[in-house]
Amino acid sequence: MALPKVCGIETEYGIVLRGADPNPVLASSVLINAYVDDRRVGWDFEDESPGRDARGYAGDDAMAPEVETHLVNAVLTNGARYYVDHAHPELSTPECSDPLQCTLYDKAGERILARSMEAAPRLLEAGQSVVVYKNNSDGKGNSYGTHENYLLDRELPFGELVRHLLPWFVTRQVFTGAGKVGSEHGAEPVEFQLSQRADFFEEEVGLETTLKRPLVNTRDEPHADAQRYRRLHVIVGDANLCEVATFLKVGTTALVLCMIEDGFIDKDYSLRMPVAAVRQVSHDPTLRRTIEMADGSTMTALDLQWEFFRLAEKYADESGFDPVGGDHIGGMVLSRWEEALTALETDPKAMEGRIDWVTKLALLEAFADRNGGWDDPKIALMDLQYHDVRPERSLYERLVRAGRVERLLDDAAVTAAMDHPPETTRAYFRGNCLSRWPEAVVAANWDSVILDTGGDPLQRIPMMEPLRGTKAHVDALFKECTTPAELVAKLVSPQ
Amino acid sequence: MTERERKQKPAPKKRDEVVEELPPQSESGEKIKEELDEILDEIDNVLEENAEDFVRNYVQKGGE
Repeated sequence: MALPKVCGIETEYGIVLRGADPNPVLASSVLINAYVDDRRVGWDFEDESPGRDARGYAGDDAMAPEVETHLVNAVLTNGARYYVDHAHPELSTPECSDPLQCTLYDKAGERILARSMEAAPRLLEAGQSVVVYKNNSDGKGNSYGTHENYLLDRELPFGELVRHLLPWFVTRQVFTGAGKVGSEHGAEPVEFQLSQRADFFEEEVGLETTLKRPLVNTRDEPHADAQRYRRLHVIVGDANLCEVATFLKVGTTALVLCMIEDGFIDKDYSLRMPVAAVRQVSHDPTLRRTIEMADGSTMTALDLQWEFFRLAEKYADESGFDPVGGDHIGGMVLSRWEEALTALETDPKAMEGRIDWVTKLALLEAFADRNGGWDDPKIALMDLQYHDVRPERSLYERLVRAGRVERLLDDAAVTAAMDHPPETTRAYFRGNCLSRWPEAVVAANWDSVILDTGGDPLQRIPMMEPLRGTKAHVDALFKECTTPAELVAKLVSPQ
Repeated sequence: MTERERKQKPAPKKRDEVVEELPPQSESGEKIKEELDEILDEIDNVLEENAEDFVRNYVQKGGE
């Protein structure tokens, strides 16, 4: 039986400091400090080992990414991590127990960035401001990531995972792509492509995330009991604005991972050249070109998606939807997936407001028709401003206000999710410790919270199980305790 | 957060040819264009000034 697909999304935002010389590290720090203000709690790096490789070794030429401990790094009361990564502000959602919850916390992350931008001028000189973009490329060969994370069973052989994930990642772009004008990083010229990221992938499998980017990333850092769990770190996705797109991206991938874990995929969909295919699919908004399979046959990306969809339908009939959040959420994943594939096959424009690349392309084409065609410099600007996180400058937000975007989330729920953690994962424990006793939380990370209870030594509370520490587990405990010392005492010796 | 009932879907056709003709401009495509007019009427109020310069100056460091 597949493990529950606990999931989360990390997003690096593009950042501009206006009214001053470019300084993305400073701008990112200002942004985060302005938001967190005096509620900041440091991140604990003890268990971070991003250089560990899931294949059990690190290749000779593999460079382990460095963790930059001197940069701003905060944990929020909603359980998220908000920090400076390289030269970008990055927000990692808290651990979520289903794809819809993950969509909610991803959107709440955008709002946190928007709020941060509003607060930033307090810490800047007059006339300066910080602007962030939820995209993945500057159009000049520099990319920054949006990474998904999924809980997996440690027992699953990594090779099995890679075999099925390569065709999955290549073809899911048809609904995960956020759209991009032009190409870069040495890719052949195109007017428009599905994905922000496809031009940047050079390897099938590997440890790096910043150079020679691999389609399947092998970072082995479970942030949980390493004997039982793996955390699949997916680096091929785009940052999505459309809620339906985020939901589809996470929901379908979670279902496919369940099938892989349960050994349900009985066919081999290996592609002959996955790295070339990822660009090829991205560069073809007609969705009509075929890709070559390892056995010499050819299929379109949509054909392959239908294969995965039919398998998932069968899998759900036999095994149910428990690992992806239950019948309601699982049924919604399947019906949304089917709707997307059907529309993409017959009339892609019908997905305007639900799939980002379709939504962006419709707007750009309408503009090009009325104005100077595709060569108008405003086309590239619109591509960028689709992702602007300021509500008054975001073209995506314009479309939302015009009622052209289908929402899955309630705005009040998004606002609440900026401050309150999911109730169904260990993020609940982390977030509540922070909101109750901000002074006592010395540090926190994904799998522990360190409390200063007034005496010596500091108390480290391990959280090695992502689904323990939920509201159901710890709410009674929190109600009984008025101080962190009481909490620790009860955890150490219940009763 | 209601979701409509799932429908039975006809089996998709398999394709063998490498490239098919582009689909004709769809009805929903034409309709969308008309409806987007209102947003495009005001687009200059939303877009940054000097599009070309603005895009050229948007340079990021690689991340991840």
